[in-house]
Amino acid sequence: MLKISHISKTFNPGTVNAKLAIDDLSLTVADGDFITIIGANGAGKSTLFNAICGSFITDRGEILLDGEDITLMAEYKRARTIGRLFQDPMRGSAPGMSIEENLALAAGHGGWLSSTSRADKELFRRKLSLLGMGLETRMQQPVGLLSGGQRQALTLMMATINPPKLLLLDEHTAALDPATAEKVLQLTEEIVRDGQLTCLMVTHNMQTALELGNRTVMMDHGKIIFDVSGEERKKLTVADLLEQFKISSGKALDNDRMLLTR
Amino acid sequence: MSVSAFSALFQTALELGLISSLTVLALFLSYTMLNVCDLSTDGCFTLGATVGAVVALAGHPFLAVPAAMAAGVLSGFVTAFLQTRMGIDSLLSGIIVNTALYSVNIAVMGNSSLLNMNKTDTLFTVMKDLLKNTVFAEQYRVIVALIAVALVILFLSLFLRTRLGLAIRATGNNPDMVRSSSINPVFTTIVGLCISNSFTALSGCLLAQSQRSVNIDIGSGMVTIALASLLIGNAFLGKGRIPVRAAGAVLGAFLFRVVYTIALRFNMPAFMLKFVSSVIVIIAISGPYLKSRIPLMKRRLMHRPEGRENDA
Repeated sequence: MLKISHISKTFNPGTVNAKLAIDDLSLTVADGDFITIIGANGAGKSTLFNAICGSFITDRGEILLDGEDITLMAEYKRARTIGRLFQDPMRGSAPGMSIEENLALAAGHGGWLSSTSRADKELFRRKLSLLGMGLETRMQQPVGLLSGGQRQALTLMMATINPPKLLLLDEHTAALDPATAEKVLQLTEEIVRDGQLTCLMVTHNMQTALELGNRTVMMDHGKIIFDVSGEERKKLTVADLLEQFKISSGKALDNDRMLLTR
Repeated sequence: MSVSAFSALFQTALELGLISSLTVLALFLSYTMLNVCDLSTDGCFTLGATVGAVVALAGHPFLAVPAAMAAGVLSGFVTAFLQTRMGIDSLLSGIIVNTALYSVNIAVMGNSSLLNMNKTDTLFTVMKDLLKNTVFAEQYRVIVALIAVALVILFLSLFLRTRLGLAIRATGNNPDMVRSSSINPVFTTIVGLCISNSFTALSGCLLAQSQRSVNIDIGSGMVTIALASLLIGNAFLGKGRIPVRAAGAVLGAFLFRVVYTIALRFNMPAFMLKFVSSVIVIIAISGPYLKSRIPLMKRRLMHRPEGRENDA
């Protein structure tokens, strides 16, 4: 269970550029929750993920993951239990290293001086074949040769090869072409369902936000302004969401990408 | 040129190439793998030479090698610590350590800038005695260097396959990904630079023992020479698995020495060595960049503003 209590973060404090990016935000995520997060550009969605991952330390508040206080924990240590995908498919893997080497690093089995075991190689091959992209036959090829969609699928595999307590997806299909995005989204759904993972996903696609997962959260100005789940959510339409945004934030949701994907 | 003169030249190039290839392998780890341009290389090379010489002069030719390498580890640790923990830019921390090492090296040599090992037992004299009356009697220097290079390549080939080795490679490739694999890139940078600097120091130690003297300038320009060799090797064997690429680094060091030796034959003055190495590095690094600009330059030259009249 992830429990975020009253966290705040101001960037460039004390300057004219000071920006309150997260404003006294609290959020409790139950085990097995799949929450979709929507909001205009600059609402603080990615900043919230950065706070959870430890890319920066919050100014106030605390973050508990499975009862453990991770508020001040270093980013690389949190990564042991938190998997994350970015919008940029290039960010999650090392282009100059082979698919197998990337997976071996992500799996992190064995000691510092152990090399990849035969059992691990077999495991990687089996996992890759689940993607249905033929990557299992290209284990020795450098990751830099893969397409954006293949790389994002590989990153998804790397982030979940040791089931994380929390999976954060930051618009991970936004940079892919529609068909590939659809495929990666489908893989995401399968992996999250099969692994019974707890997952937060930022998306700009309102339809996806309502279709995927069991709960939808709307953010604006570093706050959560709308949080819906259960029966109430099932009845919601994209038009309702836009209307809800207008009511909660006092302005229209004027985001080109959102309007286009409405 | 007579055959014997040629073979002597070839042997010198081979010996010097092999010894300096240890520094090239150090840069292979730090520059190619870790993506850090380690400018403390010159000072560290000299450090290995001075520490190795002092220990050998004390009567321990074998102990000289681990002592020099340990000094290299220490120097690499300081460079890495400055850039990962003290917020100093990586190029600058190399330069700072390099400057400090000048004083350290003079101190190691006992407030002198020159040490002589004419009557000292070294790895090379030991090997010479060992090979006396065998067919390899003349090749003792090359054999010592060859053993060192083979051991370092073997180590690199095995090490870079381990989890730590993979993490070091990924640190230079995509540090974000290292962090998300719950590995601290600070740790991998420190380990990588410690190892690479131990090779640099080993290289310096062997060169000093081979030429039976150390002076404070023994390592000057080493980073550029090694970089030139690395880039030459990369042009021939830059792709493929780690052992192949490491062998490419050694080949580059050897080719560099061969070209240099031939140039000397054609009356190029010896002091031109460093100039030539600088030019090679410039060509090797800027070449691909300039090549990528050619289509644009062509486009600029060919561009004739036609059809503009219609707009006017």
